[in-house]
Amino acid sequence: MARLIRTEKEVEGRYTEQWIVVDEDVLEQWPAGPLETVGRPVPRADGGQRARGEARYTADIKLPGMLHAAILRSPHAKARVRRIDTGRARRAPGVRAVLGPETGPLTDEPPYEGAPVAAVAAETSEQARTAVSLIEVEWERLEPLLDPEEAVRRNELIDEPNREERGEVERGLAESDAVVEAEYRTQTVLHNSMETHQAICEWDGDDRLTVYISTQFIWGVREEVAKRFGLPEDHVRVVCRFMGGGFGSKNGPGDYTYVAAELARATGRPVKCALTRREENLDSGNRNSTIQRLRVGARSDGTLTFLDGEFVNATGWDGWLASTGGPMRLLYACENVRTVEYGAKLNTPPMAAFRAPGFVEGTFGLECLLDELAAKLEIDPLELRRRNHSTHDAVDERPFSSKQLLECYRRAEPHWERRDEVRARSDATWKRGVGLASQVWYGGGGPPSYAWVRIGGDGRAAVITGMQDIGTGSATAMAQIAAEELGLPVDRIEVALGDSARGPYATISAGSSTIPSMGPAVRAAAADAARQLIEIAAQRYDREERVLSLKNGQIVSSDGGSWPLEEITGLLESGQILGKGSRGPNPTGMRVLTFGVQVAEVAVDVETGEVVVEKIVAIHDVGRVINPLGASSQVEGGIIQGLGHTLSEERLLDPSTGGNLTQTLDAYKIPTIADVPEIVTDLVDVPDEHLTNLGSKGLGEPPIIPTAAAIANAIRDATGADVRSLPITREEMLRALREASRQPAREEVGA
Amino acid sequence: MPELSINGERHELAASVGTSLAHYLREDLGLTGTKIACNEGHCGACTVQVDGVPILSCITLVHTVEDREVTTIEGLRDHPMVNSFVRSDALQCGFCTPGQIVSATALVAAIPRPSSEEIKHAMSGNLCRCGAYPKIEEAISTWQD
Repeated sequence: MARLIRTEKEVEGRYTEQWIVVDEDVLEQWPAGPLETVGRPVPRADGGQRARGEARYTADIKLPGMLHAAILRSPHAKARVRRIDTGRARRAPGVRAVLGPETGPLTDEPPYEGAPVAAVAAETSEQARTAVSLIEVEWERLEPLLDPEEAVRRNELIDEPNREERGEVERGLAESDAVVEAEYRTQTVLHNSMETHQAICEWDGDDRLTVYISTQFIWGVREEVAKRFGLPEDHVRVVCRFMGGGFGSKNGPGDYTYVAAELARATGRPVKCALTRREENLDSGNRNSTIQRLRVGARSDGTLTFLDGEFVNATGWDGWLASTGGPMRLLYACENVRTVEYGAKLNTPPMAAFRAPGFVEGTFGLECLLDELAAKLEIDPLELRRRNHSTHDAVDERPFSSKQLLECYRRAEPHWERRDEVRARSDATWKRGVGLASQVWYGGGGPPSYAWVRIGGDGRAAVITGMQDIGTGSATAMAQIAAEELGLPVDRIEVALGDSARGPYATISAGSSTIPSMGPAVRAAAADAARQLIEIAAQRYDREERVLSLKNGQIVSSDGGSWPLEEITGLLESGQILGKGSRGPNPTGMRVLTFGVQVAEVAVDVETGEVVVEKIVAIHDVGRVINPLGASSQVEGGIIQGLGHTLSEERLLDPSTGGNLTQTLDAYKIPTIADVPEIVTDLVDVPDEHLTNLGSKGLGEPPIIPTAAAIANAIRDATGADVRSLPITREEMLRALREASRQPAREEVGA
Repeated sequence: MPELSINGERHELAASVGTSLAHYLREDLGLTGTKIACNEGHCGACTVQVDGVPILSCITLVHTVEDREVTTIEGLRDHPMVNSFVRSDALQCGFCTPGQIVSATALVAAIPRPSSEEIKHAMSGNLCRCGAYPKIEEAISTWQD
């Protein structure tokens, strides 16, 4: 029977209440530890297609008659179009349509550099770009607002400031034996997915639209495109079979999709709109920069008395207020906590979610602050964190559904204890040290999400669902879950995904939610199919259902006897067994979070300011691990992005014009293979007994969260210098070293 | 008509002057295994081999490789390096992977058992935003296993 349940939904730390329908039996969780397929390393199912260049990404799709779009973007951070002449562009070779600023989403008052103003569709992308260069515009340049502090002073905000307080900071301050106050800054970071944002739109008549798009959420694109063009949602089909990276920047359709759809409508032909790398780095989202003014107080035994933070996010022209204060509110047991977060509305490109938005930035500040406090109190940083371990969510007094952070700390000890040995390898120039930082994040996923499992006469199974695999290996994890439930080898499972017309609604691939949201639905669908197989086998072999089970592709009877699965499915000939499953609710009244700790070993050249990260140990608690091979890849990838964020990546704007100076991949420095340290992954792998039929949480985001602070804390350990600004360039490193040498030795305990 | 050889097949070169090799492979021949991610020679996704040497096809004019032997990922599909990448999980989104494998096969043709330093040197022009690097190194170290 279908049951209606009111539940809470969380994506990227933003909660909403919603109704969901649950219509299948609750399944007991599997026992902890590696099973037949789940919990064992499995190479990704589509790895061969991707590696051989056979996988067709949106970038590789070429429809018959397809035109190419190019967009004229504002060269100014704030401007008005006084006059625009598209005549020469319209007459240029190959051009089939031109859209001017009167067509949404194009604008004649661009509020940031890169904002789309006009667009062209032509037979080739070169012709389209040439035509764009022929559009004549007379600009009126206006004074852009670029300084986030100034925006806050002027109350130019993206949203109301988010003020949260528990207890009383002033009381905590009065009880403090030591207080540390510091300002931390993080930079704007660009996603730089290897496949740029792009979409192909093809109309079928005037009321049906197919969108091929590189996206993290085909259902979100379907909903927004349908709304924009006033179409029933089922008249919009969204397809994304293979996807070349997103990291949070591809959660919605974006202007380029609307431009392609408008041009396709104007020409009656399919139109592709693909961003160039430079456009990608101008206007496809970013991790916004932050300014964090933080204070912490503690008793001499290390008990935190208060935490106080003011956070300014340079949100840009549009976007949302990422939760930079989240770690301060969630990570430690502290009675008195006050945070205020501002989102500065600026004439800069809109931010977008980027792998743990807010928490990456906020954890850098908080976890550096904790280490500065530990130094002042002369308490071991790991011990300081243990003493302030929280047993429940102090924000709303909810118990955690599970929390293995103390186990993470225990496993961190042997790496942490290498401190003396690592430091002893220092010489006059190269100073070495070890640092750590903790991690808290969401990642519990939630409903709704649905899956179907189809078993054919050949005894093979297909998992069918409208999810997308953005490169995380989630499709392989789904195959493992279905294989486990059906007692089939994993190579007998197909996963069909990425098409809204060929599968039920599935979760967004963001917020570390694919496995925790989809996995339980896939297991439920497989269990539904397995139950039907056993019912049929019981009749065929004259056994009671309760003695039959599925194992290794066989139907096995506990009273002896086993039959290949094909014997039963073969009876069906072309018939099929169809199982369906949906994601149930999250546990009521509990907070579902992920936790972890990373330990970094670094070497700093105190003469040049060069920082080399030599090793990072990542210990994370994300509940049950489905595929340890894919999971370790996720951890390594998160850390390597974190490494770029910490040391080399920064979008630079010209401070006078707001122009982006780092649009290319030689100017914007993402890590290369030569920059990668030794990475050790250790996942606690204990199922969350309260969470779904799997006990699994998401892993996409946790590993990037503590990396910057762990590295900065290792630098402090090595040199005594407090680096407080990302990226830690040589300039910042030398500044911190100079400042440290000017200051007297750290004060004794006592504020 | 000028000709060039791609994966051992002769092709008459009908592209207009100024066409990049990457564009020619993808648009004229439909060989979309070669990816374009930056189109200005910074990322390595478009790497192909010309006479066995890895080059950036997005900044190579197709007419400059006339009469040369071009090898793309489509010509390397049976190379053991492909399975080594899959086995080691040396790819995530996979968009940079064909270019990585083209570079890696050129490396092991010259140095069958490259050291970690040699791998890092040879592969540092192939960017991977997903950060599959540790496993790319592993895949190249174990390709003959």
